[in-house]
Amino acid sequence: MVAQNIAFYLLAAAIVGAAVRLVTTKNVVRAALFLAVVLGGTAGIFILLAAEFVAWVQVLVYIGAVVVLLLFGVMLTRAPIGRESELDNDSRWTALIVSVFLLGALVTMLSDAFGNDEIAFGKIQRTAEVSDSIFGVYVIPFEVASVLLLAALVGAVALARRD
Amino acid sequence: MMLNQFLMLAAVLFCVGVYGVLARKNAVLVLMSIELMLNAVNINLIAFGAFRDNVIGQVFSLFVIAIAAAEVGVGLAIVLLIFRNRANIDLDQADLMKG
Repeated sequence: MVAQNIAFYLLAAAIVGAAVRLVTTKNVVRAALFLAVVLGGTAGIFILLAAEFVAWVQVLVYIGAVVVLLLFGVMLTRAPIGRESELDNDSRWTALIVSVFLLGALVTMLSDAFGNDEIAFGKIQRTAEVSDSIFGVYVIPFEVASVLLLAALVGAVALARRD
Repeated sequence: MMLNQFLMLAAVLFCVGVYGVLARKNAVLVLMSIELMLNAVNINLIAFGAFRDNVIGQVFSLFVIAIAAAEVGVGLAIVLLIFRNRANIDLDQADLMKG
């Protein structure tokens, strides 16, 4: 448990640091790379929680596809690649106050509700059980998700094509 | 490991994402901040799944990942359209529907 806790705090420090840099950096491309750090650290957290399949889906879909898609977005919108001071709007301090208050409320509520609960890691959750659950109980949401992906694909093409 | 340490990490990540959505005006950076918030939700789902000793949390987080991928695709298409019409992606200037 000690080794897991050390790994958790290292990953958490990397995730929070990269996330804070993501929302404060002046460089759009660097923000995308910080996003990759956050997503990779989250995959590590999933492995710590014994969810290997979701961790690798996270690496493939998020780091492999979403970050590359966002980098294409940066490229196609010709965002300035170097430093730029025009990325934040005027309500930065209001946003800071809102998020700090939200964090305070969440931390108070969570420590009140789950203060002493410990994750036992009783039985090992195998990937076979995840797939049994997806293709058994949750097969209709799975099919709806595939229709949603098709609709999103067609919608994105229809929006972005020029004619 | 305590359940709360994962929930606290997710809360911090979510609040950083909220700050990013509110404070950024570059549309691509707003999409990245939304990804942060979706990731916080995934951490919560998987932590509760491990806590309750079942796989439903993992199944739901897979659905969340699929929907996030669809969201980012459509979102970037919309951002490209805004860029093509207005030659910038400044969200402060995209106020056509403001009353």
